[in-house]
Amino acid sequence: MSPEAAVTTQVRPQALARYCLALGDDALILTQRLGEWMSRAPQIEEDMALGNIALDLLGQARALLTYAGEVEATYTGEPARSEDDLAFFRDEREFRCVHLVEQPRGDFAFSIARQLVFSTYQYALYSRLSRLATSPDPTLAGIAAKAVKEVDYHRDHAEQWTLRLGDGTQESHRRMQAGLDEVWPYVDELFTDTEDAAELASAGVVPLPSSLREECERRWTAVIEQATLQVPEPTRRSRGGREGIHSEHLGYVLAEMQHIPRSYPGSTW
Amino acid sequence: MSDWPLWEVFVRGKRGLNHTHAGSLHAPDAQMALRNARDLYTRRGEGVSIWVVPAAAITASSPDERDSFFDPAGDKVYRHPTFYDVPEDVEYL
Repeated sequence: MSPEAAVTTQVRPQALARYCLALGDDALILTQRLGEWMSRAPQIEEDMALGNIALDLLGQARALLTYAGEVEATYTGEPARSEDDLAFFRDEREFRCVHLVEQPRGDFAFSIARQLVFSTYQYALYSRLSRLATSPDPTLAGIAAKAVKEVDYHRDHAEQWTLRLGDGTQESHRRMQAGLDEVWPYVDELFTDTEDAAELASAGVVPLPSSLREECERRWTAVIEQATLQVPEPTRRSRGGREGIHSEHLGYVLAEMQHIPRSYPGSTW
Repeated sequence: MSDWPLWEVFVRGKRGLNHTHAGSLHAPDAQMALRNARDLYTRRGEGVSIWVVPAAAITASSPDERDSFFDPAGDKVYRHPTFYDVPEDVEYL
């Protein structure tokens, strides 16, 4: 379906384009962070697992960024920006990812804690989005329907590791708890009802971010308690990613990710 | 984590009737072995079912026993079903 047909008059295409960018940027930046584990995971088998998860996320990012570019073109009158234009030629302030995905990969336990949080959130989001197949925007629902099966596995992978590290040795328990403690200040931001999301939610196009929280917390709490760990109670909360205000780490991620296409525009391999 | 045990992986393909040996991998326990097997051996849509077996649980014949195990079968032609005349009107043989 063409973006013109998909976007109803109830929803400003600007809001839809920014919403898709936000979801796409989350997936894209976490792909970069997971990619850093290649050849550094505890075992080659885990290299493969994290690499597969990263590639799933990259696929989601590609679909979401492509769609964002198409929707954007309906109101700018310019040719649509491609997935590559959006990934490689936007600056930090134009990225809309949450701070959670920007954070350095840390140790294995930190990365697993982040995967636990993010894949549980993504599962809740995509499963709700995919059920909105009759919504005014079937494209987004279609992307979500494909992604939800991938994310179901990502969540399982993170939960299995959380249980084993939490209920493993003294050292793995300590590290897993430290990982959760480090990740939890970034949880709140995932459920922020931005103006764009609220507008789209009231038109029935997307679920309201805050409405996903209860389901996620129930799931996290069950896994964390079974792993003999504690759900952290953070004293600070990140915010601003959706408006382009990022932590210091995003710039370094972008420098690495964007360097080749910017130094050699149009190069292929 | 270099002391993770070795697991043998068997995969049944979409049109396959049997699980066939696909390879081996390291994993801390059976559930993680299944997941690793999924990532290593079914990522291009090869399978619909996976078995994992601890490599240590497999008892294998020894190369030293090869002569006594397998050579005697070599000249027992009468064990092959080649001494029957098949009537011409029997189908599907």
